[in-house]
Amino acid sequence: MKYVDEFRDGEVAATLAAHIAREARADRQYAFMEFCGGHTHAISRYGVTDLLPANVRMIHGPGCPVCVLPIGRIDMAIRLVLSRPEVILCTYGDCLRVPASDQLSLLKAKARGGDVRMVYSAADALALAQKHPTREVVFFAIGFETTTPPTALVIRQAQALGLGNFSVICNHVLTPSAIMTILESPEVRDLGTVPLDGFIGPAHVSTIIGSRPYAFFAEEYRKPVVIAGFEPLDVMQAIRMLIRQVNEGRAEVENEFTRAVTAEGNRKAQALVSEVFELRRSFEWRGLREVPYSALGIRAAFAAWDAERKFDLAFQSVPDNKACECGAILRGVKTPTDCKIFGTVCTPENPMGSCMVSSEGACAAHYNYGRFRDVPVVAA
Amino acid sequence: MQDNYVRPLDFKRGRVDLSHGAGGRVSAQLVRELFAHHFTNPALDAGDDGAVLPALAPGERLVMATDAHVVSPLFFPGGDIGCLSVHGTVNDVAVMGARPLYLAASFILEEGFALADLKRIVESMARAAREAGVAIVTGDTKVVEQGKGDGVFITTTGVGALPPGRSLSGANARAGDAILVSGAIGDHGMAIMAQRESLAFDSEIVSDTAALNGLIADLLAAVPAVRVLRDPTRGGLATTLNEIAAQSGVGMLLEEKAIPVREQVDAACELLGLDPLYVANEGKLVVIVPPESAEVALAALRDHPLGREAARIGEVTTDPNCFVQIRTGFGGKRMVDWLSGEQLPRIC
Repeated sequence: MKYVDEFRDGEVAATLAAHIAREARADRQYAFMEFCGGHTHAISRYGVTDLLPANVRMIHGPGCPVCVLPIGRIDMAIRLVLSRPEVILCTYGDCLRVPASDQLSLLKAKARGGDVRMVYSAADALALAQKHPTREVVFFAIGFETTTPPTALVIRQAQALGLGNFSVICNHVLTPSAIMTILESPEVRDLGTVPLDGFIGPAHVSTIIGSRPYAFFAEEYRKPVVIAGFEPLDVMQAIRMLIRQVNEGRAEVENEFTRAVTAEGNRKAQALVSEVFELRRSFEWRGLREVPYSALGIRAAFAAWDAERKFDLAFQSVPDNKACECGAILRGVKTPTDCKIFGTVCTPENPMGSCMVSSEGACAAHYNYGRFRDVPVVAA
Repeated sequence: MQDNYVRPLDFKRGRVDLSHGAGGRVSAQLVRELFAHHFTNPALDAGDDGAVLPALAPGERLVMATDAHVVSPLFFPGGDIGCLSVHGTVNDVAVMGARPLYLAASFILEEGFALADLKRIVESMARAAREAGVAIVTGDTKVVEQGKGDGVFITTTGVGALPPGRSLSGANARAGDAILVSGAIGDHGMAIMAQRESLAFDSEIVSDTAALNGLIADLLAAVPAVRVLRDPTRGGLATTLNEIAAQSGVGMLLEEKAIPVREQVDAACELLGLDPLYVANEGKLVVIVPPESAEVALAALRDHPLGREAARIGEVTTDPNCFVQIRTGFGGKRMVDWLSGEQLPRIC
C-alpha cells in the first residue's frame, strides 16, 4: 500500500531504534504517555516495545473513546431502545460490546428485541432516518474531537432537511481536559509516584484542533508534547524527539505529524462544532470519574435533534467493579498486570473494566498482543 | 388413466410459497423439476427417503462432516451460497485426508424467494459438485414464512473415504514442524464485506471459494508425512492456527512478511480496521509438515492451480501456553490471539 507501507518499514525502524538506543541516557529512566488508543494499538500491533531500550517505558493513556464511556451512558441508550419500539438506535461497531448494567450491552439489548444497528458513519445514521420516516432514528455519537465534526454536520443537515425523526445522544469528549486531569492527579503532581516525562500527542484529533492547545501543558506543567501520526514509524520518531527534549531540558510542543497537522487545525470543522455544540459543565469518564468541562452537549438551538431532551433521558452514574484498576492504569499508576482480575475475571470476552473493552484499551492491547511477555520463555 | 396435468414451475417470475415445503404435489414438483433435475445420480433418482450407497473398500473408514451456510449477500464476486455450500463441506471432509464421495443437502427457503434465484443457486451447487467429483444423493426442503429466514439457508453434510493408515488431525503438530498456507488470505471475507450495502466502496476482490480435494490429493501423494491439514474459514488463519496450537499443545511463531495477502485485501482491511489474519477464506489450506518435508510439500502445492501462491509462513514451537506469536514486518513480536467476539457477521 503506497503511502502506508513507507511508515511501517522494518529497515527504517531498525535504524531509528539504533538512534534511540544511542540517544537515551543509560543513567536515567524515560516514561512517556501515548494519549491515544490509536498509538496504543500501533505500539502493540507492530511490537514497537521490542525496538525500545529497557529504560524507555510507554504508559498507555485514556484516549480510547469506547474505554472512557461511562456505563451510565450505555444504560441510557439501552433503556431507550428497549422501552420504545419505534426507536432504531445506531452507533459505531466497537460500541456494541461495551458492558453495561444488568449484564447487558447494546448487542445483548438487540438480542432482547431492541432495534440496534451498526453504522460506519454519522452520515449512515442520517440516511437511515430518511429511509425509515415512521421510525425514530437515534445516533449514539461517541469519540474525541475527530468524530465530533461529522456529528455536528449531520445535526445541521437534519435541521436543514427538517428531519424530525432523527436525534443524537451526544457523548463527545475533549482531549485536553483529559490530559489535564492526568497531570493534576496527585500521583503525578504531588507524590511523584508516576514519573511522566512527556506525551505523544494525538494524531487525528490534532488535525482538527491543531497543535496549539497543547502549548499549555508544555509551559504550565513543563511536559514536552510531540504530536505524532498513527503509524509505527511515527511513534518511534516521536519517542526519539521526546528523548531529545528531555535530554536538553526542553518542554515544547513539537509536531512529528506535519503531513496532516497544523498549528491552527481545521478552522472550518472547529466553527461547525462550536455552532452545534457547547461545553458540558462536567462529564463522567470511565476510569477518571467526573472531569469538569470535558465533554460536549448539543446547543439549545438544536434541541429538537438532542435525544437526551427529546426522550427526557436521565444519566445515572454506575460505579466500576471494586477490584478493577482501570482508573490507576489510565493515569499510569499501575500496569494491566498489576490488576488482580486482569486475564482471570476480566478478559476481552468478558470485560469488567474500561481498559479491556476496546482493542485500543491498555488491558485489551496487552491481553491480545502482549501477554506472552508475562510468562517465562521456554526453550524450543 | 392419464396423469393430472401439472403446470411447470415458473423459473422466471415464480416465487417460493408455503406449499413448496408442505410435502404435497407442489413440493414433489419442486424436487422433481429443480433439485432432482440438476443433481441427478442413481442414488438420488431412486426417489426414496434415504440414499443407498456402495460399501467402502476394505480397510477404509468413513469421514463425515456438516456445515450450515447463511451467507449474505447470497451472490458475491467469485461465487454464491450454492457453490459455497458444496465447497465448505467437501473441504471439511478432504482436510481429514479423506476422498469426498457424497453430500446431503437441506434447504430452508423463505416464502417469497424468487425461483429464478433458487435455480441459479441449485445450478451452481450441481456444477460445484460435478467439479469436485461428489454426488448430492439426498436432501430436504422446508419453507418458512416471510421474515423468518433470509432468502435461503443451506446445510450440507458430506461423507468420504479415509484410506487405511492415514491419520490427519489438529492434534498432530510437533515442535519444529513447518507451517504452510496454500495462497493469499482474506479474499473471501473481504469480497463479501465489499458487497455490503453500507460499505460503498468498489473493489475487484473475488472470493476464493473452491473445492480443495484435488489439491489435497496431490499434496498427500507427494508428502504422506503431512501432519495437519485445515481450511481456515470463519475466523481466518489466526483462528485456525490457535485451534491447532490448543489441540496439539504447542506454540507457533509466524513471520508476518511471509504471509501472502493481496494488496487490495490489505488496503480494504486497513480501511475497515480489520486484520487479514482474521478474515475468512473458503479455498485455502493450512498445512503442517515435518521440517524436512516442507520444501517438497511447498512444491507440490505450487504445482496445483489452487496453490500457486503457497508460502511457508512459520514454525511450530514448544509452548505450554499454546500461544501463537508473530514477528512483525516492523521488527517486533506480538501475539496472534483468538478472536474476541465477531469481526465480520454472516460470511459463510
